[in-house]
Amino acid sequence: MAASSKLMHKVFKDASQFLKVGCRLQAQNVICRHASHFTYFKDEPLKEFGDTSKTNMFQAINSAMDIALDTDSSAVVFGEDVAFGGVFRCSMGLQEKHGKDRVFNSPLCEQGIVAFGIGLSVAGSTAISEIQFADYIFPAFDQIVNEAAKFRYRSGNLSNCGSLTIRAPCSAVGHGGLYHSQSPEAYFAHTPGLKIVIPRGPYKAKGLLLSCIRDKDPCLFFEPKILYRTAEEEVPVNDYTLPLGKADIVKAGSDITLVGWGTQVHVLLEVAKLAEEQFNVSCEVIDIVSILPWDKNTVCESVKKTGRVMIAHEAPLTNGFGAEIAATIQEECFLYLESPVKRVTGFDTPFPLIFEPFYIPSKWRCLQAVKETVHY
Amino acid sequence: MFSSIQLTRNIAHLSPRTKKNGRLQLQKFLQSHGFASEASFETKPYKLHKLESGPSTHVSVTKEDALVIYRQMNTIRRIETAAGNLYKEKIVRGFCHLYSGQEACAVGMRSAMRKQDSIISAYRVHGWTYLMGVPVLGVLAELTGRKSGCARGKGGSMHMYCKNFYGGNGIVGAQGPLGTGVAFASQYKEEGGVCFTLYGDGAANQGQLFEAYNIAKLMNIPVIYVCENNGYGMGTSAERSSASTNYYTRGDYIPGIWVDGMDVLAVREAAKFAIEYATSGKGPLILETVTYRYSGHSMSDPGTSYRTRDEVQVVRQTRDPITSFKEKIINTELATPDELKAIDAEIKKEVDAANKTAKEDTEITMEEIAGDVYSNTLEPTIRNITPWNPLTHKRVGPALNLK
Repeated sequence: MAASSKLMHKVFKDASQFLKVGCRLQAQNVICRHASHFTYFKDEPLKEFGDTSKTNMFQAINSAMDIALDTDSSAVVFGEDVAFGGVFRCSMGLQEKHGKDRVFNSPLCEQGIVAFGIGLSVAGSTAISEIQFADYIFPAFDQIVNEAAKFRYRSGNLSNCGSLTIRAPCSAVGHGGLYHSQSPEAYFAHTPGLKIVIPRGPYKAKGLLLSCIRDKDPCLFFEPKILYRTAEEEVPVNDYTLPLGKADIVKAGSDITLVGWGTQVHVLLEVAKLAEEQFNVSCEVIDIVSILPWDKNTVCESVKKTGRVMIAHEAPLTNGFGAEIAATIQEECFLYLESPVKRVTGFDTPFPLIFEPFYIPSKWRCLQAVKETVHY
Repeated sequence: MFSSIQLTRNIAHLSPRTKKNGRLQLQKFLQSHGFASEASFETKPYKLHKLESGPSTHVSVTKEDALVIYRQMNTIRRIETAAGNLYKEKIVRGFCHLYSGQEACAVGMRSAMRKQDSIISAYRVHGWTYLMGVPVLGVLAELTGRKSGCARGKGGSMHMYCKNFYGGNGIVGAQGPLGTGVAFASQYKEEGGVCFTLYGDGAANQGQLFEAYNIAKLMNIPVIYVCENNGYGMGTSAERSSASTNYYTRGDYIPGIWVDGMDVLAVREAAKFAIEYATSGKGPLILETVTYRYSGHSMSDPGTSYRTRDEVQVVRQTRDPITSFKEKIINTELATPDELKAIDAEIKKEVDAANKTAKEDTEITMEEIAGDVYSNTLEPTIRNITPWNPLTHKRVGPALNLK
């Protein structure tokens, strides 16, 4: 990556200065990992959820599925290689504990996996299916969009597949190349009838996945794969759920609202720190958590307060989910806006193999966008 | 006394007729001096589905071909070793699937292919890329994402292409219908070619493959489906993923042949048979080549959680495609151990040199992130938000498949 680093340095003349700042960020609850493009910010679980233990994201997801299997005798977990734990170890030990009839491998057939899950849930079972990578979900696109999403509507609520949850690892991982890095949430966000959730860490992942499994609508649960091991925090050991469709204000601020989801939330939190230190700008950071339905109230209330907003996501710009948020903001907050809605996203190119550091909406690109928006 | 290699070289420049006479003389000379110029072997019996007769189990190979086959199989093995090491050194980014153990499948098919034939496969294609004409450096530099790579480092391990080689597909099973289309193009243009369409035992369960079977038989398209059955679809064994593991019969109405995929000559014979079958107007055929992969599914899979180390070791010791072929050609005196050692040394030198260059080579420049998104760009720049100059759409080079 020698050439890439040189270019990076040239492009951001003040990069070295930023880097120094970045390293100063090693505060109490911040892990500094130079291998990835972000610094993980830990969540504090609610006290009412009881005892906690140090858990990374794949363990938190494992725990959620374990609880779902324990508490719901109709629940089954299936997908490619899930029987021995799955490629990211999310289903480790579940087959041993719950039996081969409840946790099993499927053949390599994404369309079949999803359709099988729809059938299961239509007949009253709780189906927890895994697509090995979100990039592989497209053979199942038809089943998700045309069958799962419309089952309830087209039957006049006589039938539905609400107990279906589809899990899939998504987003950039540092070296995933074209088919192990994509963030396909926007394709599905165009489909009424689905719910789409993307957690930002272990605590959120466990509670949200349990909500998705128990929710009575088909849910897509995209897990940023880079967080599986890098994100580690205290997670309640017991059963708990977190609300779907509800955004989190992860950091309060007054000058500009930064909106993101998944891994990007951590990038934005770092940007907020940098902006505060560099430009004395106070950022409010919002994780929208649910892509569909998304919490427009929280976002719009924040934008009305700050008057400025930047949305960042890894997926390409055109028709990325940021476009929907931007359109809503201009409609709801038009008279409050001090500057145009800003988007920082992946480029309108396929996800690149060697150019990933440039393609992703890095903290440097986001920081630049904050600066531009504030000085508009 | 002349060595056999010298004699072969001495007749290389002669006219075909003289060459033929020369060869015969050479053969006689070699035989009288205890060297063979051709040898015959019996393959394991083929299993046939909806075919009255299959390929011959009696196969023969000339010394010349044997040495080429030996070189090709060993080069692939060495490329894969280099690729694995580069990945472990974190020089290869992206994903990386190794072909070690399966060499006889690719080399056998390649030796049967004619210039008008093409091939499409999944993501275990380093060996195929080399066989189809890309130099070792083109393969290794693609892996390291450098500009000498056959796709300029833009595709990486899973996406390599060259003439008559349509890649390099990342999504399991997606290449099935694609290969059918490639074969149909050849039929339509009356080029007389077939398209070898390769997939694994895992992909054999993808629905789109059955869609492809249907249209191929319906239109008698000259496509040869090859199920490289290495026993495991990612981490799930064939028995646990497939209701029928007789992959050669799973085209139902499409005839099929089961071949020992560890025997390069059997694969070659079956591939020759398949080409003849498909181009005679009878349409598609399925070959199941039974083989084994020594490594895990990809580099992130150690390959030991769903099978034992012993199992891998036993295959290495008893069924290795290279060792068994080497024994055959030495025992029949087609080649001497010294000749093969010399070839090994040449391969090592070639791969080592390519490996070194692949590490030292530079990457393409940032402008190429916007390269070849479209053929005809209607907007001058890529839509993006950047703090620096906009990225201009560009074409980097002419498409190879349209040359």
